Amino acid sequence: MLEWIWLVPLFPLIGVIINGLFGRYLGHKIVGILGSTMIGLSFITVSIIFVDLLKLPPEHRFFTKTLYDWIVAGNFTAQISFLVDPLSVVMMLVVTGVSFVIHIYSIGYMHGDKGYSRFFTYLNLFVFAMLLLITADNFLMMFVGWEGVGLCSYLLIGFWYGDNYNAYAGRKAFVVNRIGDFGFLLGIFFIVVTFHSVNFQEVFGAAAAKYTIGAPIITVITSLLFVGAMGKSAQIPLYVWLPDAMAGPTPVSALIHAATMVTAGVYMVARANVLYTLSPISMALIAVIGVATAFFAATMGMTQFDIKRMLAYSTISQLGYMFVGVGVGAFAAGIFHLMTHAFFKALLFMGAGSIMHAMSNSTDMRMMGGLKKKMPITYWTFLMATLAISGIPGFSGFFSKDEILWQSLAGAYGNFWIWLVGVITAGLTAFYMFRAVYMTFHGELRAKKEIAEHVHEAPSTMTVPLLILGVLAVIGGYIGIPKILGGSNPFEHFLDPVFEKSLEIRHAAGLVPHISGESARVLELPLMGLTFVIVLVGIGFAYLMYLKRPELPGIWTKKINYVYQLVFNKYYVDEIYETLIVNPMAAISESFLWKFVDVKIIDGFINGTGNVVRGTGRVVRKWQTGFVQNYALSFVIGVVILVFYIVFM
Amino acid sequence: MIPATNLLILGAILFSIGVIGVLIRRNAIVIFMSIELMLNSVNLTFIVLARQLHSLDGQIFVFFIMTVAAAEVAVGLALIISAYRLRATINVDEINLLNG
Amino acid sequence: MVTVLLYLFGILAILSALGMVFHRNPVYSALFLVVTFFSLASIYALLGAQFLSIIQVMVYAGAIMVLFVFVIMLLNLRKEVRLPIGKPAQVIFGVIFGLLLFVEGLLIIKSGSISGTLGRYPQAKVNVIGNVEALGNLLFTKYLFPFELASIILLVGMIGAIILGRKKMPKEL
Repeated sequence: MLEWIWLVPLFPLIGVIINGLFGRYLGHKIVGILGSTMIGLSFITVSIIFVDLLKLPPEHRFFTKTLYDWIVAGNFTAQISFLVDPLSVVMMLVVTGVSFVIHIYSIGYMHGDKGYSRFFTYLNLFVFAMLLLITADNFLMMFVGWEGVGLCSYLLIGFWYGDNYNAYAGRKAFVVNRIGDFGFLLGIFFIVVTFHSVNFQEVFGAAAAKYTIGAPIITVITSLLFVGAMGKSAQIPLYVWLPDAMAGPTPVSALIHAATMVTAGVYMVARANVLYTLSPISMALIAVIGVATAFFAATMGMTQFDIKRMLAYSTISQLGYMFVGVGVGAFAAGIFHLMTHAFFKALLFMGAGSIMHAMSNSTDMRMMGGLKKKMPITYWTFLMATLAISGIPGFSGFFSKDEILWQSLAGAYGNFWIWLVGVITAGLTAFYMFRAVYMTFHGELRAKKEIAEHVHEAPSTMTVPLLILGVLAVIGGYIGIPKILGGSNPFEHFLDPVFEKSLEIRHAAGLVPHISGESARVLELPLMGLTFVIVLVGIGFAYLMYLKRPELPGIWTKKINYVYQLVFNKYYVDEIYETLIVNPMAAISESFLWKFVDVKIIDGFINGTGNVVRGTGRVVRKWQTGFVQNYALSFVIGVVILVFYIVFM
Repeated sequence: MIPATNLLILGAILFSIGVIGVLIRRNAIVIFMSIELMLNSVNLTFIVLARQLHSLDGQIFVFFIMTVAAAEVAVGLALIISAYRLRATINVDEINLLNG
Repeated sequence: MVTVLLYLFGILAILSALGMVFHRNPVYSALFLVVTFFSLASIYALLGAQFLSIIQVMVYAGAIMVLFVFVIMLLNLRKEVRLPIGKPAQVIFGVIFGLLLFVEGLLIIKSGSISGTLGRYPQAKVNVIGNVEALGNLLFTKYLFPFELASIILLVGMIGAIILGRKKMPKEL
């Protein structure tokens, strides 16, 4: 069945073609069912492949399927070929699984929208591109998928393009991603120049064989690749597009901007783990940027009143965690958090969508409250996801986040400060998530009367997906229970073959975990407990400020007004970018590129060509006397010369 | 019998006279006659060489050239007549619509 | 005798050709051309091409020249007769390059590079068969297809001349 890997991206492509070409004639019901079915078929195929892969011994869990040679130029070849290994299968399962659930959710959510078939076409196209990105076995094909998901992201953010702001948000995402993609592309160029190949196996094999840890060229490559990841996965400094991306329909936010696309950067780093292991500088860069992003995004999330924007900052923050994971060399932990995050964050967004559905598309949490009774399913699933993201023991987020935090302290690349900021961020996360829960579901409904009367639970096409993901958000972590809690962490062992080479490199270089053996056993549980206490403090503050004494936030923010204003305005990053980058660029574009380069040089060139031809013609046409015998004379002269040449030369 | 070379030179002389006629005359009919002269000089060359090379193929060619010339003259003169109807002249230096 | 006649007719042909080119009056030019054609016909006859000699007289001197004279008479060319034969510059350059062309031809002929394989019809054999019969044999066997094509060319020429010569072009053409 591994042979049939190409079916996985093919099904969504079929959906794209049918819905894209004939969707408008098919009727909403068929379009929605078709789009979801195709993803479902993909999911089934992946599941079968997964089972087949499990049957193989761990060291043989690796398979490539080449469809054909795509580019053959000299000794450089790039193929259309698919890679099946534990990492890609995990990603495929997450992507197709979550996509399937969200597709079903969309059937209900997008009900009655006039762009219905367009929506499902884009959504299927996105899944296709994402699967291409994941299953690619070379950098070039990965880049195709990478750009494909970026395109779909742009199309879906600006899905309701009638509103100017939505179109602007789409453009912003696209442009910011271009900056990252530029770095990614440069990285690929460097790989081609250095290794004369883009194939993962060849590149990683050559890198491990030829370069030692700290080789400068590897650092250059990995840093550039990480610039791409910064853009796609919304890390500092390129995160600014993600909050605005919430302009898209909520299922899009759930699927693309929470569960799948934004994690592409994490996947890419994990995929290129051999290269990153060879470059401790890049690893440190990733970990530092990851933890900084996690912290700052969490603080920004604390002050948001828009539920979707709050979740967007939360996503950025959690992506920061994943980068901390892969940045400290705990690739499996990063992927583990990627998976659990996909479950609970998609669930949070879908819950938010369900709330918007009930609140007549309002997203302001100040207008909500007390929805618990009217929307029980939404409330309970939202609460499960909140518990998971906060890292309450027993829920999925706990296992993955704790794994990352432990590795960031104890791992070979670990560092106390990274761990400390990570732990504080965990507390902040718990605070802003429970703040959202209390503001939305508890207390009194603060909405206008006509909206309040309208509040109702979502239809079953929306609640069933909520329940499915709710279950996953709770139990999703149990496949990775760490040893210290009596588990065997099968998830990590499943992924081990992928990261084996990195481990060998690390061992060869003598890089061992800072804390291991006896001291690890002593330390790990208390640290877990410490994190939990901090999380509880966060929840306690949220309870105090937003449920027990709602006047407190107003008083406290007045006391630290400057800090509050700074955070509330998102550290003025958008404004800084606007002044430092966007406006100068626009000014240069207008005064120099347009008024000078385009008008003077390019237009001058084109008009000049015409003028030269016309001027030459004005002179040369005098030769055309219209006098037949002149022509005859030149004819005879030509004959004389030709005869002379042929006969006498 | 004079040598064939002299007859060939006669052909060359007549041909050159025809060329000069085409180049210098402004009267379209005389230009046309000059062309006929050129054709005839070629005919002469054909016949001389046919005799020299013991072959009748050259004479056959002359036969065909005469046929084509007859057709050509008919059409050419008809063209001159229509040109004259249009412009009331057959001076080629006055028919210069193509000048730049 | 034959040699003398050949030189005589050759010189006559050259002189009348020059007269044709350089005489102002096209009617005179046409008459000079007739003389040239007759001279050439005589030369053909002297070279043993009796059939072509007759045709030369009939087609060129007869049909074609009659056409020329006819056209000259049809058109009112009194004005042109008073002008010089051509533009001065054109005359100078035309003569120069015409002479250059002649010099080249002369050099080619003198170099003796004109040769070929001998055919199957030496003059003696043709004289036995008869020039007309020999030509006819070739024309209706080896050259039958070109012969038929020639008849089509004549037909096309005839139709073309009729259409071009009509007083008014029909509207649909």
